[in-house]
Amino acid sequence: MSPDKRPIAPGSQEPTSTDAFIKGLWRDNPVFVQVLGMCPVLAVSNTAENALAMGLATCFVLFMSNTLVSSLRNFIPKQVRITAFIIIIATFVTITDYAIQAIRVELHKSLGAFISLIVANCLILGRAEAFASKNSIGKSMLDALGMGFGFVFALFCLGAVRELLGNGTLFGLMIFPDSFQEWIVMILPAGGFFTLAIWLLLFNGIKTKKATT
Amino acid sequence: MSEPTTIPTTTAPNSFIMLRAMVGIGIICALLIVLTYEGTKPRIQMLRAEALEQAIFEVLPAITQSAAFIYKDGSFAPLGEDSKADKGPVVYAGYDANDQFVGVAIEGSGQGYAGTIKILYGYDPEAQQVTGFYVLESKETPGLGDKIESDEDFLASVAGLDVQLNAAQTGLEHTVVTTKDGEREHPWQVEGISGATITSRAIGDILASSMSHWAPIIYQRQNDFQR
Repeated sequence: MSPDKRPIAPGSQEPTSTDAFIKGLWRDNPVFVQVLGMCPVLAVSNTAENALAMGLATCFVLFMSNTLVSSLRNFIPKQVRITAFIIIIATFVTITDYAIQAIRVELHKSLGAFISLIVANCLILGRAEAFASKNSIGKSMLDALGMGFGFVFALFCLGAVRELLGNGTLFGLMIFPDSFQEWIVMILPAGGFFTLAIWLLLFNGIKTKKATT
Repeated sequence: MSEPTTIPTTTAPNSFIMLRAMVGIGIICALLIVLTYEGTKPRIQMLRAEALEQAIFEVLPAITQSAAFIYKDGSFAPLGEDSKADKGPVVYAGYDANDQFVGVAIEGSGQGYAGTIKILYGYDPEAQQVTGFYVLESKETPGLGDKIESDEDFLASVAGLDVQLNAAQTGLEHTVVTTKDGEREHPWQVEGISGATITSRAIGDILASSMSHWAPIIYQRQNDFQR
């Protein structure tokens, strides 16, 4: 978890900057840098559509819970804060569950149990505890958006590669010619690990290159 | 006696503040959930009904309308809008454009490779054949087990599967069995899928157990469905 190094002053009118947004999206990307929330990352990234839907659902829960936690941060005593955060997160997960059912039954079918498991995603509780409970509403919202979209981006990177190689399609559209032999292993759980490893390699490679130049 | 060392005490939490916070959050969250539930309920029910309707049209070819029937006291009765109190298995009858009864769509379930598989399949009592099936719910391995929805040989063997009744009309003449990939010889056999052996066998077993129960009943009560 990335410690926030800036002085913490709850309720202060510090100008919010896009820095908090970029931080989550790239420098402290929840998947590629912090390696948080691996359960949905590996399990639901078998197709680009599933990955995107899962990412957006997580992003929504993160945004709403960060906002509510931040606005209630002076109301929640620190002895019961984790319980309070979990109740808030669970509420928004339940809401997301109903919303996805109302949008498309098929989507709900393919995401299955992983929607309810957003509750246990350490990314969300991590941001509530490390950031939202100590910062103003505006900053918490921006932080959640950055982290959320960083998560969506990472999931999409995995999902697109896995669907393309494992099924020859992208968003259900045929990309490769019929003669393409699918790598079934890519849409099986093992493929999730392979793809994640390759992306991590790539990201760390870019980072070290940047650091040395 | 030495002076007792003072234990460093943290400021005792004020239980009223904790109670207020937890109850307050609980009420806000409960309200949010109830509002969402009530708000999405009609749409979710509509989508579910639509999905079922689509599945019925999928498994019974050439139908233009469907109706739900409930099996109670040895006969089938139309399931009305307000008869929710009725308890019993429900089947869906399909009719073509001339109001002619085509067949029945039946729900069946069984143990697959990973959890329960729920399917809807069509039964044509006149031809005594299975007309097709649709997976309502499955947790089968993507890429392997879910081939049951796409493998052409397998699907072709299920559509047109022979479920002839025996002479006494108490059960099937031949039990439905799943063969190995490419070894199907008889019309009452389901062609297995290599790579999805357990899942394709599970579909065969679901059809076998569900048909041996329903085929005699539906065959004898065909007139209940006529319009």
